Amino acid sequence: MLAGKAIHELHELLIKKEIRPQEIVEDIFKRIKQAEEKVKAYITLTEEMALKQAQEAENRLIKGENISFLTGIPLAIKDNICTNGIKTTCASKILADFIPPYDATVIKQLKAAGVVIIGKTNMDEFAMGSSTENSAIQITHNPWDLERVPGGSSGGSAAAVAADECIAALGSDTGGSIRQPASFCGVVGLKPTYGCVSRFGLVAFASSLDQIGPLTKDVTDAAILLTAIAGHDPNDSTSAPMKKEDYTQNLHKEVKKLRVGIVREAMIEGLASEVKTTVEHGIKVLSDLGAEVIEVSLPHLDYAVAVYYIIAPAEASSNLARYDGVKYGFRDKTAKNLFEMYCQTRSQGFGAEVKRRIMLGTYALSAGYYDAYYKKASQVRTLIKQDFLHAFEQCDFIITPVAPTPAFKIGEKVDDPLQMYLSDIFTIPINLAGLPAISLPAGLSKDGLPIGLQIIGPHFSEARLLQVAYQFEQALDFKEKPKLEED
Amino acid sequence: MKISKSEVAHVAKLARLSFNEKEMELFTDQLNQILLYMEKLNEVDTTDVKPTYHALDLTNVFHEDKVSSSLDIKKTLANAPQADKDMFVVPKVIKA
Repeated sequence: MLAGKAIHELHELLIKKEIRPQEIVEDIFKRIKQAEEKVKAYITLTEEMALKQAQEAENRLIKGENISFLTGIPLAIKDNICTNGIKTTCASKILADFIPPYDATVIKQLKAAGVVIIGKTNMDEFAMGSSTENSAIQITHNPWDLERVPGGSSGGSAAAVAADECIAALGSDTGGSIRQPASFCGVVGLKPTYGCVSRFGLVAFASSLDQIGPLTKDVTDAAILLTAIAGHDPNDSTSAPMKKEDYTQNLHKEVKKLRVGIVREAMIEGLASEVKTTVEHGIKVLSDLGAEVIEVSLPHLDYAVAVYYIIAPAEASSNLARYDGVKYGFRDKTAKNLFEMYCQTRSQGFGAEVKRRIMLGTYALSAGYYDAYYKKASQVRTLIKQDFLHAFEQCDFIITPVAPTPAFKIGEKVDDPLQMYLSDIFTIPINLAGLPAISLPAGLSKDGLPIGLQIIGPHFSEARLLQVAYQFEQALDFKEKPKLEED
Repeated sequence: MKISKSEVAHVAKLARLSFNEKEMELFTDQLNQILLYMEKLNEVDTTDVKPTYHALDLTNVFHEDKVSSSLDIKKTLANAPQADKDMFVVPKVIKA
């Protein structure tokens, strides 16, 4: 089945002319027809456009011009990344009919590389959530166990990759939204260094934390996708002034004299014993490869959730002020005056979690509370960042779990926002410090649910991070796939 | 109690949101729980610690002051809930 293959495998077949891009697209849509009813990963499917793009890719392959690793490869895109002419809803009622008049920079880059876009994936509304249950459109089911969440907020992208409903996908990560669903769905998820990938055309949630990144079937594919989307963009003033880099080039080279850090404070309350043993096994795999294991300390780790849930909502409350029913999106047409129109539009257009965060953020920024909440959180953010910088003086990479537990049941945490927030403890600090981190499948729980391991690197260490991840992947040889048919 | 119901109502007004009585109760309760958890940050001594508003140390990113093309008006207005000629239409602001 072509839908089950990785980008680099399909690329080989395409350049040898053993298959045509159209065959991959047809196989993907055949798979979507079987799986989508159960998984519900997509908000929008773009079959007609996909076949046209496949045709264009074939022309390139026949001419032998402009061929990249991604030419003719079907990808899924998280529905908060603007796609010209394709609905981009952020899984929100307020943007239910929004059709962007332009492409995000990452989409421009992918199109230039010759990809085929299959559709837009489900997510927590405006990327706020850890389970994709906050989508106003539908609930996505974890392909490994349909009664469980796929994680979030890029739950649709992760589930689509895991269920072979696409070859790879793009997600976005503000506090773990690529890595945690990747962990829950047994795929690879990479959050690049802040500023590594352009945010132009990514619907803003928390601008100092958001990054776009790949969700893929293996590390090689993550390197391929990152190579295509990374680099400086003059349209994003927070994009780092860096040169284009080929992350696939040294991927297979052995990393020598590696020092990996394990975090003293990571043994938190609520860490599932299966997650603990899986990560310990992962560390053993790395040490068998010759890595030196060093204990490091992140003394402010325990404060990361509190810091994040002040800073992210504060930025969100400002970013989401633009949804006022004037320039685009939903408007309540019954309002009698402008103030009423704003309030009614926003109250009907946003879901409960988005409102909760707007409220929290507005409060934290309001007169009299700014210093106590927003400024205090931003100061502790400095300390968290410094913790990592100190740790990286002693080791090259840090290993932690991705999430304290495997995928939880749909509905299990939805009524307790604080409990849901606390499960982001291992992913959030990485966004606060702007670091790159990758989530890799590391094993299965007794119930057959995937468990991920997180490798965190210093700023702009993606090339080496991917090298280490590749070695880990080869040594561990995780080959399990969800058995969707038997469910 | 970190935040009272009337404070929640005030913040809602600032955020241009409106809630019914039941939502107001629930939000006040949930915001209190969350804000109580944030108390934790007071354990940390942050005297003389510079706040981080940004992960990278980029400042003043300028580009050349050059005119370039922008979206055309028709495309810009295509997603508007209500438009007339080259304008967005909103409910009347000025009282007669």
